[in-house]
Amino acid sequence: MERNITLIALFAALIAGLGLIPKLTLAFGVPISAQSMGVMLCGTILGARRGALAVLLFLALVALGLPLLAGGRGGLGVFAGPTVGFLVGWPVAAFVTGLIVERWRAGALALTASVASVIGGIAVLYAFGVAGMAIMLDKTLVESALLVTIFIPGDVIKAVLAGLITATLARTRPASVLSRG
Amino acid sequence: MISLTCPVETWAHRRPAGLKLAALSLATALLFATDRPAILGAAVLGVAALYLSGGAGFFRAGLSNLRLLWPFLVLIALWHGLSGQIAAGLAVALRLVAALALANFVTMTTRLSDMIEVLSLLLAPFRRLGLSTRALELSIALVIRFTPSIADKGRLLGLSWRARSPRRPGWRIVMPMAALAIDDAEQVAEALRARGGLEPPGAR
Repeated sequence: MERNITLIALFAALIAGLGLIPKLTLAFGVPISAQSMGVMLCGTILGARRGALAVLLFLALVALGLPLLAGGRGGLGVFAGPTVGFLVGWPVAAFVTGLIVERWRAGALALTASVASVIGGIAVLYAFGVAGMAIMLDKTLVESALLVTIFIPGDVIKAVLAGLITATLARTRPASVLSRG
Repeated sequence: MISLTCPVETWAHRRPAGLKLAALSLATALLFATDRPAILGAAVLGVAALYLSGGAGFFRAGLSNLRLLWPFLVLIALWHGLSGQIAAGLAVALRLVAALALANFVTMTTRLSDMIEVLSLLLAPFRRLGLSTRALELSIALVIRFTPSIADKGRLLGLSWRARSPRRPGWRIVMPMAALAIDDAEQVAEALRARGGLEPPGAR
């Protein structure tokens, strides 16, 4: 019980910490932050349930008014902005990512975790994000989807990195990858 | 840790947090219920007046908090300018500005401790049902305590990377950051257990 709570809290803090790492800028000028990789890692390392709870806890603190999102953003305003769908989708993304890593045991962990991050952290997340954007900006789903496609290459890179990081962690400290525990 | 609450106290700081949050929910629902640019424009003016009531500095701080909206406002302007649906675009833009600014207003005028009090009030029914909310309260405290510590460890990892490599530290320091977070979690869990764990005080 205590261990689950501290793991969830520390990974919520990890997502916040990753928001402080300077943003990388892709060749064509799209900034990518490490924060959404933190969401993927919550799923691949902690597993579905704990991963989703860590992300929920992180979002609760953002809503309470802490500037924990990348770029020092936070507060209730981000939940009234056009990107609210992505925030709502984060816990679900972590859950789906974690579920896939927990259930799909065949093959190399790096591959499994990368594919799980692509499915959870991109396919599922963008479904929420695009729907949110369609509502907030009063556009159709297809139009909103077109607006965010520019961010997909960066997220694919993050998903692959999340897979590699999870596999490295499993190789060096097998007990740490709790989704496979 | 720094929160987004405005350090300069305004009249709104002294209003109960629960009231502000309830008013915010109602106002946001109303903003999404209408499509008329005139009403939404009036709402934006109303929110601007709300900010101005806190002084010029408060107004400027509120304005700078809206900067994340710029790309979207430009996008809406281009989109609707080209397609000719000016009224619809105006409604979307005004609604976004009003809803976001209003939500920021509540965050800027409500202390973290007041927010947590509202949260604990909302959770009261669960306590009545016999569920412990101590886990949530404790984990909120833990995140606030450990975010600076993890950020600091990330900084140190970056420095030690730089000491050994001419290239910039990148994603490679994320793995040790995650490992350190897990170590911290294990140690804190042990410390909590050693102090009686999560049982409510007086349960033993």
